[in-house]
Amino acid sequence: MNRRIILLLAVLLLAALPLLNLLPVSNPLHVSDFLVSIIGKWICYAILALALDLAWGYAGILSLGHGAFFALGGYAIGMHLMRLIGPRGAYGHPTLPDFMVFLGYRQLPWFWLGFDWFAFAFAMALIVPGLLALVVGYLAFRSRITGVYLSIITQALTYALMLAFFRNDMGFGGNNGFTDFKELLGMPLANSGTRAILFYASLVSLVLVFLVCARLSVTKYGRVLTAIRDAESRVRFLGYDVTHHKLFVFVLSAMIAGLAGALYVPQVGIINPGEFSPANSIEAVVWVAFGGRGTLVGAVLGAFSVNAIKTWLTSVAPDLWLIVLGCLFIAVPLLLPKGLVGLIRRRKEKP
Amino acid sequence: MNEPQDLAALPHAVSTKGLYLDGVSVVFDGFRALNSLSLIVEPGELRAVIGPNGAGKTTMMDCITGKTRPGSGIVRFGDRDLTRMDEASIANLGIGRKFQKPTVFDALTVFENLELALKAPRGPIACLRWVLSGEARSRIEKTMLEIGLTVRAGDLAGLLSHGQRQWLEIGMLLMQDPQLLLVDEPVAGMTDHETEQTAALLVGIAGERSVVVVEHDLEFVKALNSKVTVLHEGSVLSEGSISHVQNDPRVVEVYLGR
Amino acid sequence: MFDLALPKLLKAAGRGGILLLGLLLLMAPARAQDFDALVPGLAGTFGEQAEAVERLGSLADPRALPLLQAMSDARLLKLADGSVAIQQGATVPEGASLVRINNRVRVALRGALGRLQLVSPDPAQRLSAADAILRNRSAEDIPILETALARESRPEIRERLELALGGARLASTDAAAKRAGVATLGASSSPEARNLLLAARAANPELSGAIDTAVIAIDKKLQFRQAAETFFQGLSLGSVLLLAALGLAVTFGVMGVINMAHGEFVMLGAYTTVVVQEFCRGIPALQPWSLPLAIPAAFLVTAAIGAAMERGLIRHLYGRPLETLLLTFGVGMVLQQVVRLVFGAQNREVISPAWMMGTMTLPGGVSITQNRAWIILFAIAVLLATLAAIRLTRFGLEMRAVVQNRRIAATMGIRTGRVDAMTFAFGSGIAGLAGVALSQIDNVSPNLGTGYIIDSFMVVVFGGVGSLMGTLIGAFTLGLVNKLLEPYAGVVLAKVLLLVGIMMFIQRRPKGLFALKGRAADQ
Repeated sequence: MNRRIILLLAVLLLAALPLLNLLPVSNPLHVSDFLVSIIGKWICYAILALALDLAWGYAGILSLGHGAFFALGGYAIGMHLMRLIGPRGAYGHPTLPDFMVFLGYRQLPWFWLGFDWFAFAFAMALIVPGLLALVVGYLAFRSRITGVYLSIITQALTYALMLAFFRNDMGFGGNNGFTDFKELLGMPLANSGTRAILFYASLVSLVLVFLVCARLSVTKYGRVLTAIRDAESRVRFLGYDVTHHKLFVFVLSAMIAGLAGALYVPQVGIINPGEFSPANSIEAVVWVAFGGRGTLVGAVLGAFSVNAIKTWLTSVAPDLWLIVLGCLFIAVPLLLPKGLVGLIRRRKEKP
Repeated sequence: MNEPQDLAALPHAVSTKGLYLDGVSVVFDGFRALNSLSLIVEPGELRAVIGPNGAGKTTMMDCITGKTRPGSGIVRFGDRDLTRMDEASIANLGIGRKFQKPTVFDALTVFENLELALKAPRGPIACLRWVLSGEARSRIEKTMLEIGLTVRAGDLAGLLSHGQRQWLEIGMLLMQDPQLLLVDEPVAGMTDHETEQTAALLVGIAGERSVVVVEHDLEFVKALNSKVTVLHEGSVLSEGSISHVQNDPRVVEVYLGR
Repeated sequence: MFDLALPKLLKAAGRGGILLLGLLLLMAPARAQDFDALVPGLAGTFGEQAEAVERLGSLADPRALPLLQAMSDARLLKLADGSVAIQQGATVPEGASLVRINNRVRVALRGALGRLQLVSPDPAQRLSAADAILRNRSAEDIPILETALARESRPEIRERLELALGGARLASTDAAAKRAGVATLGASSSPEARNLLLAARAANPELSGAIDTAVIAIDKKLQFRQAAETFFQGLSLGSVLLLAALGLAVTFGVMGVINMAHGEFVMLGAYTTVVVQEFCRGIPALQPWSLPLAIPAAFLVTAAIGAAMERGLIRHLYGRPLETLLLTFGVGMVLQQVVRLVFGAQNREVISPAWMMGTMTLPGGVSITQNRAWIILFAIAVLLATLAAIRLTRFGLEMRAVVQNRRIAATMGIRTGRVDAMTFAFGSGIAGLAGVALSQIDNVSPNLGTGYIIDSFMVVVFGGVGSLMGTLIGAFTLGLVNKLLEPYAGVVLAKVLLLVGIMMFIQRRPKGLFALKGRAADQ
């Protein structure tokens, strides 16, 4: 079957889920709230996986800090959602979120200004990760920090951000982060209709991001990235400014990760510094590795399948999940270097 | 260097259009890889550089292409100071380099390898918006014909033989349309027939552009029939025609021992 | 010191009516006689009791302490023959009666007990007595404090006594005594002395100049002590980082294998310590040796796991560093979870041997904890052992040969595969040693290692990959900078600043502090 048709069918199947959710529970085709919400989450993870695949699979930049960009996007939207709570908070303060009242803030810190406006918050969810990636990427790529060094630096970055966001005086709710959101764009978040809309927004974003990445990968720019991945210094001697090219894809990737985070937070209803944990970032790496890096489809497939295993295992044998995840990390490089997609392609080639 | 005819070729304040190195020294960990090396390559000239292992041939190339910054000395191309530029800017200036170990992009096809090398705007946005024009396509096809890889245009470079990779890399060099080509051991691992073809190709290229060939293979250097520079311990030992350097007693001593 | 001690001694001598020369010789017999004469007074009239208590208190005879203590607890018996004894059990023997006291006697008792405790053979009692006197210092205590000070040899108790003496002198009405008190306090180096002086300043305007000088002197000493303690903390953190990073310096620095499970190897070293301790608990003869025994055990356990991991997994991924990173991360994850399932998620207790507990006070009042001091020594010992293994042994020679040129080493008959496994095992074993040390100062839990992995990488990268000297300097630099920043920036921000600082540093010196020279040298 044509690859495009399979992908289209998959998207249509996903799109049908919230509709099937509307069916009465007695109907055999009924899909539970739980399934819709969890697949909505996975779609966000898939977007994050695409971001990672763009940087790692194509340009060879193995970032162990993409969770930080995801979390920053989430925090930006979280700030907006906090502002929208308004006087409905436990302390009933008209502008200050609960944690600020609790910590004795008199007025909103300057960096919270503007977040009451959705467009601004949404833009920040893309711009802040992008800017961070720009600064870190510029520093790293300019000094030709590559390979595992870059991985460690990005891991240290997300680790440092985690420590910083745990602090109360950062002004981001410290340990507890943000939660108890009420509404988004005038729609109450508890409403199943709103959740369906968020689900579709995520799905549309996934499709768009996929198309953008796929389009990018077949341009000459995509080929330059592949060339940089395989022989960086040779590309330099061809006259390409490798720093600029890597920076471009790294910033783009960080912004996509930020988008994923921004879509994720309203659906799960909470964001806290735990999202910055290095383990989250590296878990995202295993999605891509398991699915097959440098293929885009593999990233999406990996995000869905690994998370499906996770959801299933954490309910039946929670103790085993980390062992299975660890074994995935071990098995993929050794046995499945090209991931699921590589496996499928090999099957196809063998008649 | 000590011979009068060589000194005459080194005017002091030069503004040649070609490559100009003067007093270039590079020290690694106390080891003098280059020791006050001076060299001039005129536009359109074909120059062979020979010398025993460790004579500084590759380090010299590194200095010209910006991979290594010399501790002291002048490296200029035309009126541009190469010691202040990075690899990419130097490449864009029109200096192309073929490495000793052929490096082509294995995950790309032969055509795509050449397309990447083709002289065109190099920025990320320009690459994103790049559309292959008919003119560009015909240039690539012409080069593929020259290097004999037309039939393999759609194959991944990783599938090529060693000799074909060498040729592909020379082809990529040509696509860059450089003013100066630095070619490091182009015939290593080639058959005699391939070696002859390569010599002919390089001779053909010179004239429009300067070509510097670093090579061990003396037969190949003879086939190039060009001016030869002999490096030894980081500086120029002898320079002149192939017969001149072959009869230079110092060259004989270095190559054959006492 | 001399001008202080002489009048003190003269005074003490004058009070007893004994010549200075005779003081030391005669004091003991004189005291014994007095003691025997005074004891019956305890059972006399209230007036006699008070007098006897006062005088016993001044005698500094340790035998008086239990008697007075019993008297204060209403457990002193007056026997039929008029002598006294301490009540045993709850019954009162035939013909005896409990000695009763009134408030005046009680007050006298309290003072006498405090003074007697000052000369008690038990250091803890002396210390608490000095503290008690310090709390309600009065000029009356001056002589007894002077006596106690003259006999005291323990520095920490001397310090308290001097403080109490200074405070008591300040409380006196005699100007000369006050001046001496200011001098005594000024010579000490505690914040309490500073507070005492500042409190006395308002009441004694004539002494303000002397007090200010004394306060400045204390401040200088306090600053020095704080600097010294920060320095020590930095050294301590540095030694921990050094231990954690040394193994990495071998596996990553020398072999170029990135091992994200390194932190878990450290954790396994700590758990090996726990297991060895539990094993030794059953065998009394082994009990004091549990920690020394844990050292080789932890090395062997982690080295064996390291060797198995290298041969079984990592070997297949040489030349693919990013895949190696993922794989080793997975191994770390599995190890962590397995330990969690076997030993439980909660912290395990490790009992430190007595010689590692407590604090040590260095001259100048700088106090350092014993266990951290030991770990500094241990870290340096491990570094030296590592250096020796690399520089002096056949294995080290083969290892360096393989690192420099694998192919030629192989043609010389070196089995490179075995050397790889041994090198990796060696680095992993060092991680295990780090675990033994960390078990003494950190919580032994399954995620013990995660906190150290990033820091260790930073140390190796900062110090320069492949240079053990760089690792040493890197570890101590990062430790010191971290502890220097902490008072200003707080613990978390200091860590963040340090990470950012290292990233900036790598900008300037991408190859670290001790880069293999070459390009870095000409820049």
